[in-house]
Amino acid sequence: MKATETIRIRLNGKERDLEVGHTVTTLLESLELHPGMVVVELNRDILVRERYAEVPVSDGDSLELVHFVGGG
Amino acid sequence: MTDSQAVLEAARALDGPLTIGGVDFTSRLIVGTGKYTTNEIMVDAIRASGAEMVTVAVRRVDLDRTKQEAILHHLDPDEFFLLANTAGCYTAEDAIRYARLARAAGFNEFVKLEVIGDEATLLPDVQATLEAATTLAAEGFKVMAYTNDDLITALRLEDAGCVSVMPLASPIGSGLGIVNPYFIREIKRRLSVPVIVDAGVGTASDACVTMEQGVDGVLMNTALAAADDPVRMSHAMKHAIVAGRLAYLAGRMPAREIAVPSSPTRGMLD
Repeated sequence: MKATETIRIRLNGKERDLEVGHTVTTLLESLELHPGMVVVELNRDILVRERYAEVPVSDGDSLELVHFVGGG
Repeated sequence: MTDSQAVLEAARALDGPLTIGGVDFTSRLIVGTGKYTTNEIMVDAIRASGAEMVTVAVRRVDLDRTKQEAILHHLDPDEFFLLANTAGCYTAEDAIRYARLARAAGFNEFVKLEVIGDEATLLPDVQATLEAATTLAAEGFKVMAYTNDDLITALRLEDAGCVSVMPLASPIGSGLGIVNPYFIREIKRRLSVPVIVDAGVGTASDACVTMEQGVDGVLMNTALAAADDPVRMSHAMKHAIVAGRLAYLAGRMPAREIAVPSSPTRGMLD
């Protein structure tokens, strides 16, 4: 018997434990982020939005979620 | 018609559009979105400025702050042309990374390239800027490059494929105005791509004098955001940009250090 399996990822520079089975889409949903408002970099590669639903989040992944903020 | 529209209509009647990378703009003022005390003031100020192109920065989503509002919750991308910047980057590699992330947001292929070389003055690292500009232009980016007021660098940025070269008037956020009008004029004279003066304008007279040098436009942020009344200053800047532009196009009278009467010297009474 195993407890719920978790993976460890690096999300915006911080280690975070996550249940297995997430895709980028479900991760964004869990963070209450609208996919159209963020850009995702997975292991230093930019992920096109069309692939969010199919790309799994795996143990050891490093993700950066960025968006536009005020700037000059 | 709003005041903003009226000023721009007047400018349109007497001046051509500002064309950058194949896109036409009526306003020659580009504004930033940073440092405003509230998003409401920011939007009101930008509308008052009449600017069509507005800059934004790329940053990590703050996951610790729940329901943090991205700037796009306040700025309608259908109303404004978004120009993402690479502010805060100190290497060509970082600037290229930020530019690619910005483009992936899906609005346009324009980027305001900024590679800083010194923390105290925020002066650009021109070597790294050139390197990043070359790479990004080859990737199809429309690069608007922030640089210093050095003619040779400006020429090289144009050769690298930048759609606009943006020399500073004075350091970012300094409000010192245009410290070297001669070099700005010289850059404008020698380049074919639009020259936008980016950074250093403090108040309306600075903006007006800058436009009188013949440059194609001005980009500013702090002068508006840090004014006591940003909305009122935005109105002032909009007028100043149009005034400076039209004065440049009109061609000023020669300055001379003698007085010449404006009224006839003949016909005076005995």
